[in-house]
Amino acid sequence: MKIVIHALEQINGVEIYPIISLIIFFVFFLVVGYLVFTADKSYIEEMKNMPLDKEDDLRENIDNQLEN
Amino acid sequence: MELQKFTYDNKLSRMFLYATVLWGVVGMLVGLTIAFELIFPNMSGGLEWLVFSRLRPLHTNGVIFAFVGNGIFLAVYYSTPRLLKTPMYSKTLGQIHFWGWQLIIVLAAITFPLGLTQSKEYAELIWPIDVLVVIIWVVFGLNLIMTIVKRRVKHIYVAIWFYIATWVTIAVLYIVNNIQIPTSFLHSYPVYAGIQDALVQWWYGHNAVAFFLTTPILGMMYYFIPKASNRPIYSYKLSIIHFWALIFLYIWAGPHHLLYSSLPNWAQALGVAFSIMLLAPSWGGMINGLLTLRGAWDKVREDPVLKMFVVGVTAYGMATFEGPMLSLKTVNALSHFTDWTIAHVHIGTLGWNSMMNFGMIYWLAPRLFKTKLWSTKLANTHFWIATTGMLFFAIPLYFAGFTQALMWKQFTPEGYLAYPNFLETVTQILPMYYLRAFGGTLYFIGLILFVINVWKTIAAGKFVRYQEDEAPAKPAPKPNEAWHRKLEGKPLQFTVVALVVILIGGLVEIVPMYLVKSNVPTIPSIKPYSPLELEGRDIYVSEGCYLCHSQMVRPFRSEVERYGEYTKAGETVYDRPFQFGSKRTGPDLAREGVKSLPNYKPSSWHYNHMLNPQKLNPESIMPPYPWLIEKDLDVSDLPAKIRVLTSLGAPYPVGYADGQAMKDLQAQAAEIAADLHNAGIEVEPDKQIIALIAYLQHLGVDLYNGDSQTQLSNK
Repeated sequence: MKIVIHALEQINGVEIYPIISLIIFFVFFLVVGYLVFTADKSYIEEMKNMPLDKEDDLRENIDNQLEN
Repeated sequence: MELQKFTYDNKLSRMFLYATVLWGVVGMLVGLTIAFELIFPNMSGGLEWLVFSRLRPLHTNGVIFAFVGNGIFLAVYYSTPRLLKTPMYSKTLGQIHFWGWQLIIVLAAITFPLGLTQSKEYAELIWPIDVLVVIIWVVFGLNLIMTIVKRRVKHIYVAIWFYIATWVTIAVLYIVNNIQIPTSFLHSYPVYAGIQDALVQWWYGHNAVAFFLTTPILGMMYYFIPKASNRPIYSYKLSIIHFWALIFLYIWAGPHHLLYSSLPNWAQALGVAFSIMLLAPSWGGMINGLLTLRGAWDKVREDPVLKMFVVGVTAYGMATFEGPMLSLKTVNALSHFTDWTIAHVHIGTLGWNSMMNFGMIYWLAPRLFKTKLWSTKLANTHFWIATTGMLFFAIPLYFAGFTQALMWKQFTPEGYLAYPNFLETVTQILPMYYLRAFGGTLYFIGLILFVINVWKTIAAGKFVRYQEDEAPAKPAPKPNEAWHRKLEGKPLQFTVVALVVILIGGLVEIVPMYLVKSNVPTIPSIKPYSPLELEGRDIYVSEGCYLCHSQMVRPFRSEVERYGEYTKAGETVYDRPFQFGSKRTGPDLAREGVKSLPNYKPSSWHYNHMLNPQKLNPESIMPPYPWLIEKDLDVSDLPAKIRVLTSLGAPYPVGYADGQAMKDLQAQAAEIAADLHNAGIEVEPDKQIIALIAYLQHLGVDLYNGDSQTQLSNK
């Protein structure tokens, strides 16, 4: 661990790293935002309904059984 | 397209469900116990393993990692296969994960009462258990990621993104915060010291809240609210935006736990700015959860599952509004170190985490056991008792927080502290502690109703071990698809890219911590601890004194007046681990040993106070620590401790560990024993109390011993 700390301290201009990280993330965030807002509607609909696929849902079966 | 048949195995879901319920009861019972210990300080009966300061980590770790943790795994093991249309990758890994995690919890429940702790909040587990945590976490991650790889659907639903973020980030945080050098099998020192240690710890601590108590629960929300209300999430686009914004912003917000501390101002400002921005994605998530129920509010009136979810998500919104407010320096100046923080976190845990767990289990138990919920009426009763209990818990503590903070800061017209006796401010808020215990009791009664209801439901039903499902094989990516879709179609690559993106945020954030070194001005008079003081400090850590006593005087007139010179970064360079604390149930101790200050107490006072605090201050709520007087100090690890500290940079003389250290320890112990003898107290110099007194009498002394003019100026 000391080696890692030492290595990091030796980097010239290490102060710029967090700023670079901030910029990477900000740009990444803008790209995600753009992709989301231009996303295909049918894709969004498909994703939205994923948890609601009926096959795995026991609810109907149970409700029916309990009613019958 | 041809449909492939496959089977979900519910066995692990059932196991995690039982574990969630069991540890919920244990974790909250310990919480209730320590709430009462704060009103009845002698409740622990002088038994060391029942004292508040040793049980408090058991409570926090119990509810976070045992109750909420098992609930998270229940959600993951139930929803992941169903969202990915494939069984979990490996049943064996799942079993190892389950039993490994329960073993960790049991080890925590044994080690904390024994006083084995690293003293970093929510990272108290000693290093051998940390290693086990890492192994089990890797097993969990392997199972999760390989399930994603083997999925039949092309795209990954947002809940699973939250699970992945949880796994990756917790892995990074946990490892970085727990880098320690062992001195024995049960003890270690962190590689970071003082202010750097504090920054790493709160970078971890804050993100443990973010990535253990928030992201996986949001994953839970995105799966179970649509399921329970039978309608899709309000906005899938919002869920993507708020996912990335949340994980991006959270990772930077940790320093808001250290406002007005000796952390450099740039780091504090960074923490504040990102905390304020966090409001946006947090509320994005809350709005998305609540609006999913639009048009289904009639159901909410009747269905206890949805009621739990609504209060849970609302509490999330309240807590994430309050969080950024508490990060404002002006508000934090008032709230920090008071019960306000305790109220805030309990809106998060009792409201958000627990209610989501309750709702999920009320929904799942009947489905896993093919029956109806035993009693909807009882579940509704639970809902109301829990909600009332939460409010009875939190609201009095808000009042306690404001009241005490204002009393700490109050000056008389003549310019003296209006309440110079700390105890006065404790006595004032004690009625609020009674109300908190009452609220906690209510909440616990609700929990018992929940256990009965789940128990009866399970007893009435028959466990559905396997569930059949069918889905088409995973479609191959089309040649003309956008790059991100293609990437998503390739599971391994997507996972790796997703991991790398999250890792950048995690790892690059660590760099500023190494930069802090250049921000820690050295103070020449600060010396490493003497061997006896070091042993005393380890007792202080082990007993959990930091849970009620801070060692961080903030640069306010009211604090400097009360405690002495404010804390400098440079005086913490030999503190492994740091002991700033985060709550002042008792006074700050950073200047305890400075004879010229009004708070100074002779060694005999400390001896009598540990034996029976109420004898000296009848209204004190500190528990007694009589075993410190009876137990011998174990010095067998002293050479190893000195060697480790030397290797980390403490300037002990060459060869000090194996020769002079023990002699110095004995000489100093004899001195303190003689001092006590002069005060009429007979005690052997090899008792633990002697070491602890040595440490307490050293606090702040080095700083005041230096060149006072240059050192104590506003540097």
